[in-house]
Amino acid sequence: MAKTLKINTAWCKGCGICAEFCPPKVLDIVREKVVLKDMDKCTKCALCELRCPDFAIYVETEEVAG
Amino acid sequence: MRLLMGNEACVEGAIAAGMRFFAGYPITPSTEVAEWAALRLPEVGGKFIQMEDEIAGMAATIGGAIAGKKAMTATSGPGFSLKVENIGYAAMAEIPCVIINVMRSGPSTGLPTSPSQGDVMQARWGSHGDYPAIALAPSSVSEAYYVTIKAFNYAEKYRTPVIVLMDEIIGHLREGIELPEKLDMEIIDRKRPTCAPEDFKAYKVPEGEIVPPMPGFGEGYRYHITGLIHDETGFPTNSMEAAGKLCSHLMSKVEDNVKDLIEFELIDVTDCDVLVLTYGGTARTVSATKKLAEAAGIKMGIFRLITVWPFPEDELREIVAKHNIKHVLVAELNHGQIVREVDRALKGAAGVHHIGKINGDILYPKEVLQKLQEVKANG
Amino acid sequence: MADIMASNLIRQTFRTDKLPHIWCQGCGHGVLMRAAAQAILNVGFDPDKVCIVSGIGCSSRAPGYMNYNTLHTTHGRAIAFATGVKLAKPELHVIVMTGDGDAAAIGGNHFIHAARRNIGITTIVFNNSIYGMTGGQYSPTTPMYDTATTAPYGNIEQTFDLCKLADASGASYVARTTAYHVPQAIKIFEKALLNKGFSVVDAISGCPTYYGRKNKKGNAVQMMKWMKDNSIDFKTAEKMTADEIKDKIITGEYKNAPAPEYCEIYQKEVIDKVLKGDAI
Repeated sequence: MAKTLKINTAWCKGCGICAEFCPPKVLDIVREKVVLKDMDKCTKCALCELRCPDFAIYVETEEVAG
Repeated sequence: MRLLMGNEACVEGAIAAGMRFFAGYPITPSTEVAEWAALRLPEVGGKFIQMEDEIAGMAATIGGAIAGKKAMTATSGPGFSLKVENIGYAAMAEIPCVIINVMRSGPSTGLPTSPSQGDVMQARWGSHGDYPAIALAPSSVSEAYYVTIKAFNYAEKYRTPVIVLMDEIIGHLREGIELPEKLDMEIIDRKRPTCAPEDFKAYKVPEGEIVPPMPGFGEGYRYHITGLIHDETGFPTNSMEAAGKLCSHLMSKVEDNVKDLIEFELIDVTDCDVLVLTYGGTARTVSATKKLAEAAGIKMGIFRLITVWPFPEDELREIVAKHNIKHVLVAELNHGQIVREVDRALKGAAGVHHIGKINGDILYPKEVLQKLQEVKANG
Repeated sequence: MADIMASNLIRQTFRTDKLPHIWCQGCGHGVLMRAAAQAILNVGFDPDKVCIVSGIGCSSRAPGYMNYNTLHTTHGRAIAFATGVKLAKPELHVIVMTGDGDAAAIGGNHFIHAARRNIGITTIVFNNSIYGMTGGQYSPTTPMYDTATTAPYGNIEQTFDLCKLADASGASYVARTTAYHVPQAIKIFEKALLNKGFSVVDAISGCPTYYGRKNKKGNAVQMMKWMKDNSIDFKTAEKMTADEIKDKIITGEYKNAPAPEYCEIYQKEVIDKVLKGDAI
């Protein structure tokens, strides 16, 4: 199982709630859109997903072969 | 043969038509409709609820219809005023339902126990914006029964609210009525969709149909209903094209089918000196005037509306032309409402006169006779 | 819908072709709507039997996005329409999504009477203390002395405590949560949905556009921080003085007292008895 943080910038309105409450502070708002600035430090806790008013950021769990 | 009040007969007719949901609020002189519905509906497995106010009564009625039931409410003037916003919603969202309005004397709280026919124009134009109205006015207890069945048929067939314009005279009148064991009348039920849910477009009118099929909530078609302008998917849109299309559809489904909706009774119109156009409880006064008129040497014809809206303008015009009628006297319990429609329809083809009353009393035959004499003397 | 970039939850419970929604940047409503969808999924309701009803206002746009039987009605009347739907078809899970103006001002009468009947409807009030759709007028939950476009000198009216109102009116499940406390919100929504009678959740939302900005409560982030820093639970609040809890949001379960549900009573005490000839 691999977890990936996904961002749908088309839906992001740049409110900054996800970045502010991100525990490891790996998110930022650049030109009114969310960006993942440090992929390695992201713990995939998905608090951003829970609090995103626009469903623009989420953690996807993918089955990994092998 | 049973002795029933007009208000009770409405409920019996509704149940015969398949009504299984009633939500209302008590108001004189319509309260017996709610009382009879509360008593009778559980016997047929139906539901009755007394809501907290008139607005809620209309809203819950529409809710019941959306859940798939044939639904009805009843009210009178002040309550009708409160219901009109949601009647407009039902028109816009195309939700079939029936509203019994037992007209009482107004304006405002008026004379609650006295008759009137003062809500006729409100039945047509009560809610804001352009929408069609179907309104039927019975003149007897047994007609209240049959007219309510027809109201449900029209509501289901055209997916629109239908108003039964009772008045206190008919609502509180007790008459013998034969309730048929087996109804000799077609009962129309709304069409349900037959397509797969993923292909369902809630407001798309299928080729050759008048209105879209309507599933009840919970039947597997998850769709959206709104009072906003919507397209054929049912979702809101700001498109003027969609707005024009929807609003035209709402009007034309009734305007294109007036022949199906219009019903009236004609009595002795051939060679009449004066044609008396009337409806509802007042038609009984007019009937009683006929003998007096004959004795006074006046040939009196009667045009009794059963369908008040849409108004039978073409039919009236044709009858006036065909029989070379010189005078039309409109008898109604108001300050002059349907007379405006008559005037508009006839465009000067005959003299249009009015007799009404706005003091809470009924019209009496001698008063109608006096007016007939005046009309004849001046014409 | 494979090309739509959205989480499994959103794909399963939303009409993704209608997204993004119309709400402003940072509006708490989106958070609460997602939490409600998560709760509906978690409790395992058959989506064909879920019916979402709303009135008018920002909150009331929610049903249009959600992939259930959805009904967007007239201002204030959502609970009245919902009452008709529920009584006509009790097997439906009827959920009202409404706002503070819709539920507590124009629709206040329906709110208290549905609670009194304990009819099986879950009402989630997206409470942002303002009329957002019309541009920031004061509502029955705008705090005293805050400003609004119709209270330019400050709002001089007391507020409704929706939990106390729902409780006093007879609702059998009453709770409060916020758009910040999402895990709590999901749990509360689940319990509200599973309660058979009338459930009310006063869900505190934030309107950065018309409330936060106008009252120096800041932008979306600052409003979320305000919810985070000023919320206490009902148990803690019990031990505090009136002064201490004055500006606090008191969250959690306020009442969980299952009671006979209206439609069930109607079936059992009215229809069944009449059909058996046992009616009084």
